[in-house]
Amino acid sequence: MKSSDTSVVSSGSPVGKPIGKMALLLHDIKRQKHSYILLAPYYLLFCLFTVLPVVLSFLISFTHFNMLEFPRWVGWQNYTRLFLEDDVFLIALKNTLLFVAVTGPLSYIMCFIFAWLINDLPPKLRAFVTLIFYAPSISGNIYFIWLIIFSGDMYGYLNGFLMKAGFADEPILWLQDPQYILIIIMIVQVWLSLGTSFLAFIAGLQNVDPSLYEAGAMDGIRNRWQELWFITLPSMRPQLMFGAVIQITSSFAVAEVSMNLAGFPSVQYAGHTIVTHLIDYGSIRFEMGYASTIATVLFAIMLGTNLLTQKLLKKVGE
Amino acid sequence: MKILSSLRGKTKVNRSVWGNVLLFLFLGVFGCYMALPLVYSINNAFKPLDELFLFPPRFFVRNPTMSNFSDLFHLLSNTWVPFLRYAFNTVFITMAGTIGHVLLASAAAYPLAKHKFRGTKILFSVIVLALMFSPHVTAIPNYMVIGKLGWIDTYWAIIIPAFAFPLGLYLMKQFMEQIPDALLEAAKIDGANEYRIFWTIVMPLVKPAWLTLTILLFQLLWGTDGGTMIYSENLKTLNYALGQIVAGGIARAGAGAAVALLLMSVPILLFIFTQSKIIQTMATSGMKE
Repeated sequence: MKSSDTSVVSSGSPVGKPIGKMALLLHDIKRQKHSYILLAPYYLLFCLFTVLPVVLSFLISFTHFNMLEFPRWVGWQNYTRLFLEDDVFLIALKNTLLFVAVTGPLSYIMCFIFAWLINDLPPKLRAFVTLIFYAPSISGNIYFIWLIIFSGDMYGYLNGFLMKAGFADEPILWLQDPQYILIIIMIVQVWLSLGTSFLAFIAGLQNVDPSLYEAGAMDGIRNRWQELWFITLPSMRPQLMFGAVIQITSSFAVAEVSMNLAGFPSVQYAGHTIVTHLIDYGSIRFEMGYASTIATVLFAIMLGTNLLTQKLLKKVGE
Repeated sequence: MKILSSLRGKTKVNRSVWGNVLLFLFLGVFGCYMALPLVYSINNAFKPLDELFLFPPRFFVRNPTMSNFSDLFHLLSNTWVPFLRYAFNTVFITMAGTIGHVLLASAAAYPLAKHKFRGTKILFSVIVLALMFSPHVTAIPNYMVIGKLGWIDTYWAIIIPAFAFPLGLYLMKQFMEQIPDALLEAAKIDGANEYRIFWTIVMPLVKPAWLTLTILLFQLLWGTDGGTMIYSENLKTLNYALGQIVAGGIARAGAGAAVALLLMSVPILLFIFTQSKIIQTMATSGMKE
């Protein structure tokens, strides 16, 4: 099975007669008929709902399209409008980048540190603590309770606490004041972000070969920090790379939390992100061409950041 | 201290007691940050109305009551579309989407993990690339594709796209790679064809992985409110119906708190029962090279 390529060349071709590339390919496909049949249903749907939309989005981004009239080709016009004329997009871009630069690394490091600490606990306690940390990310819309904590009247928990303790004389409008909006969204997003990568890190830590630690102790590793840097991190590089992809993608995609906490649009666009900008043009203004331009730019930024991070992470512990 | 020192002795060396104290203190503080909102919402669900609007607000419930839940059931029994209909919609979408995804993703993961042929690398790297951007990017064309298929305002608009969710295939393929080749070869010698091997040997072996996929898809679909795809009231989901109750404002604060607790308890309970399998699956989730 594994050596199908070589066996085709040696046994499949008649003596001396070179067979064409197409014939070789057909032969291969026939041999692997079952594999292709098993692959087909998933990949057909994947093409239909992921590959085709990416291509379509790219094409539509060069048109003027409002869902009613046939799309009209406008070239780079949407792109120049986006970067040169749309001030709100620039705010959204700035917010998103700020957001990714803070919550991306912060949530990633938190996922790892907590997984690392939890790994030292006895199994029963470990399962419980894992549940506590993982629960927010699977509890759906539970982040709504932050609305009550940051509520702008004196019944909000934070205001109630601050006023009672004498730090504030009157309630602070946490979710209406541009000064606080982005920070609050960050706090909530970090709270929500111990998800799939957190579990991947826990699993990765449990699978580090214990004999490596013993060997390390003999080689003169003195404390847990050295152990972490020289043994643990390099051994779980694959999980670290997977976790990075998940965290980066989700911190670029922040929108729901912002819309539900700070409103849509938020005061002075303080909580506006690329995705909320996309939702604005896509599902409210129905400027599909322009919305697709935003989507394509977002796609490029997400993919670029992810690929760059993967390159960097390959260097960990080297 | 006893726990801390017993931890020291286990498999790991190079641990100082003070380091342990410091790190567990850190874990404790952040544990509270993570747990407080959850503890709070549990408390809120059992608060009588007068405790919900106290100044200064009180965190823990003093006179627990079930009245929020009875209010909720009273509200639900008077909805225009029967409550059971919403529940059925959610259960149907979640079940169909999850089963379809687990089957299709496993079928595709098996040849990718265990057969070497032209295109495996490309097919898999496309999936990895798909993990690198969020579904928001494709939302608009997706709507058009589903519109062309005539699925708008049907269950299928939610169910079928969920079949091709990339994370599931990724995790499944990584997990399947650890199945020993010898086992599959032996089955082949015994005369089993590929489909039989897949169904009777591979699938039982990857039970942790399909449990994980089930949980992932469950979380994805359980929380759906139909979005832009479904607008008929009688096809809407539980999440949407309960969201409408919360939207009722202050008068519904009690019922809203009960709703929040109900909605979050299902995925959490599921996770409790499957945690060890999920961790087992995640152990193989790493990206190679």
